[in-house]
Amino acid sequence: MKPILIRNGRLIDPGSNTDAPRDLLLHDGKVAAIEAPGKIKATGADVIDAKGLIVSPGLIDIHVHLREPGQSYKETIATGTAAAAAGGFTTVCAMPNTTPVNDTPEITRWMQSPERGAAIHVLPIAAATIGSDGETLTNYSALKDAGAIAVTDDGRPILGDAIMLQALRAATQQGLPVIQHAEDTRLTGGCSMNAGVLAFRLGLRGIPVEAESGLVERDIALVRQVPNAHLHVAHLSTKKALDAVRAARKAGLHVTCEVTPHHFALTEERIGHYDTNAKMNPPLRAESDRAAMIEGLLDGTIDAIATDHAPHATHEKEQEFDRAPNGITGLETALGLALRVLHLQHKMPLAKVLALLTARPAQALGLKGRGTLAVGSAAGLVLFDPSEKWTFHAADSKSKAKNTPFDGWDLNGRVHATIIEGRIAFRR
Amino acid sequence: MALTRTAIRKPPQKSSAPSFFQQPIHPGSAISASDFSVPEVRHILESADVLEKENAFRRAERLARRRVALLFYESSTRTRTSFELAAKGLGADTTLVSSLSSSIEKGESLKDTGITLKALGAECIILRSPYSGAPYLLAQATGLPVLNAGDGMAEHPSQALLDLRTMLQFLEIPARKISDKVLRSVTVSIVGDILHSRVARSNALLLPKLGAKVILCGPPALLPETAACMTPGLMIERDYDAALRASTIVMMLRIQAERLAGLSIDLDDYRTRYQARADRIAAVAPKALIMHPGPIIRGMEITAEVADGPQSGIAQQVHNGVPIRMALLVRALGATKKGGRR
Repeated sequence: MKPILIRNGRLIDPGSNTDAPRDLLLHDGKVAAIEAPGKIKATGADVIDAKGLIVSPGLIDIHVHLREPGQSYKETIATGTAAAAAGGFTTVCAMPNTTPVNDTPEITRWMQSPERGAAIHVLPIAAATIGSDGETLTNYSALKDAGAIAVTDDGRPILGDAIMLQALRAATQQGLPVIQHAEDTRLTGGCSMNAGVLAFRLGLRGIPVEAESGLVERDIALVRQVPNAHLHVAHLSTKKALDAVRAARKAGLHVTCEVTPHHFALTEERIGHYDTNAKMNPPLRAESDRAAMIEGLLDGTIDAIATDHAPHATHEKEQEFDRAPNGITGLETALGLALRVLHLQHKMPLAKVLALLTARPAQALGLKGRGTLAVGSAAGLVLFDPSEKWTFHAADSKSKAKNTPFDGWDLNGRVHATIIEGRIAFRR
Repeated sequence: MALTRTAIRKPPQKSSAPSFFQQPIHPGSAISASDFSVPEVRHILESADVLEKENAFRRAERLARRRVALLFYESSTRTRTSFELAAKGLGADTTLVSSLSSSIEKGESLKDTGITLKALGAECIILRSPYSGAPYLLAQATGLPVLNAGDGMAEHPSQALLDLRTMLQFLEIPARKISDKVLRSVTVSIVGDILHSRVARSNALLLPKLGAKVILCGPPALLPETAACMTPGLMIERDYDAALRASTIVMMLRIQAERLAGLSIDLDDYRTRYQARADRIAAVAPKALIMHPGPIIRGMEITAEVADGPQSGIAQQVHNGVPIRMALLVRALGATKKGGRR
């Protein structure tokens, strides 16, 4: 592989506190040199002129659904990771609600096999219980050896106190976080949107804020009982749950959390006339909750922006609201939305926005050596123009699925190239 | 309208093919009571008067041989029959597709069923669905005018219009007087299972537009506090007698056992608190019009004496179904000389 020299870019690497004009030389899949502009002499290298572009460590999405094995009509690891590369990601963490559920080392390895054709790194998150049935723990040590970086029953939250306590204990022994999709499903049967006036008016059953915050509070109480346990709250959506996380952190507990771009960019009003591309779980919430997500991102309580990329086939979404499955795609719009909403509207510094997509998610899930760049580290980078305005069209998506509420949106910041292990995974 | 607001304003569409949920809704559709402006309401009710009085043979020329499909995913007596009689009275050909005797049973989607009906020549579809919002989906899938004959817990706009006609007849107000103030001195109580009632929602969205004060009355389990925030002009009163005392018109609702979803209601207690009984009505609302959209569960929310009594407007409501639905069909299928769509 020929070396790549990236010239004239502005390197923003929050993990190493860097924000400066830098040239980078990539060689043998690693970063070979980071120097002031013009300092690197590399004859024979492919040169990428990054003038006007930001060079950042490749983005990390700690919450995606790639649908393989078993649901390849929605997405495959190949198509999902191609979309991820187009969105600037070099690492994604794949949720286990596949068919069958990823509850064995065999499936965990299968997902990482080169035959899957992944364009970028895929780190599996394994099921916390067998079949995600919430009854019997999976083998955390074997799953970790096979490459799993966390355990969760995402989408089918662990409700039982005893089994959640067992999961926290077993995961702590392996140094794994337990990720919880915080939804007390005993309160949400038949519900399809946020509870409140709009749900009442639309004649839809509402998911109360307490279904999320109640389970987060319960989980935090359990974390107190297990020294060194690490709870990661997936796709936080309510102020009440955020406050619980904030308090837990203050109390010195290891509780981390993520928020999706749609939960900081949209409210339940986006449902309009029952648009199923605004149906996801947790649901879009009220403006006060959206504002709380922004606040949590600004004040640092929220550790990561994660997309919860959830592709579905067109026919599944073109159904009555109650019948359509939950979820939207998100990999190609995450950076543009983060820059538009957080950087431009809320004046969050670029380095802080990027930290939420690189170093901090890596730190949140203990992904060592990822999300930052140093000489000798793996060469996963993204080059993007932070000021370029562009319009996202779902039809142009690299994902198999087009279920996005952001079709036709003007976004800020466009990915020009995504590089992984020194090779170009995406170039516009 | 408010429902289409987003936290970030959506930019203008540049994509050549708008996504499914951005497809336009045919303007002849009647999906939500909130879609009608006050002049439209007046026009529909005036049109109903004209159509009702018209010579039956002339009336049958209005939509002669036009094709109207009735697509019913839930059982119905009044709504289905009156829509069908309305369409036939206007000369249209009608066909009924119901979930138990069609390919819906085989798993055909609403979208495909709609496309099929359109391919068969349907020019307007009347839909009843157990799913809130289904008429929008059908309208987007077909581009046809869709008349909502009841969708889930959401809306039943033709019922709200025929209820309005019944109220105006009781108040002896002609349709041409309809304005945003016409019901200014009128208080309507809607009583019972508001939570699961599409009739309640459509009435609650329509009546305040005409100046009426609307009291929602029922126990918290069937009437959450949020209900009153749906639109201005609504208030909640838990005490049935207080609601009755304040009301010009009282609309009783059935407890929708099929939609309770695990909610348990003490029916004996409910009867004690909220049943329309003759002695109670005579004591606190002796002049009020008593309405009920049906089906009535006699002995539950209303006794036989009240349902059949002199204050009952129930049969008149049913009667008004045909003229109102004729007006909606004429509006949907385009203008003829009289009663056409504006």
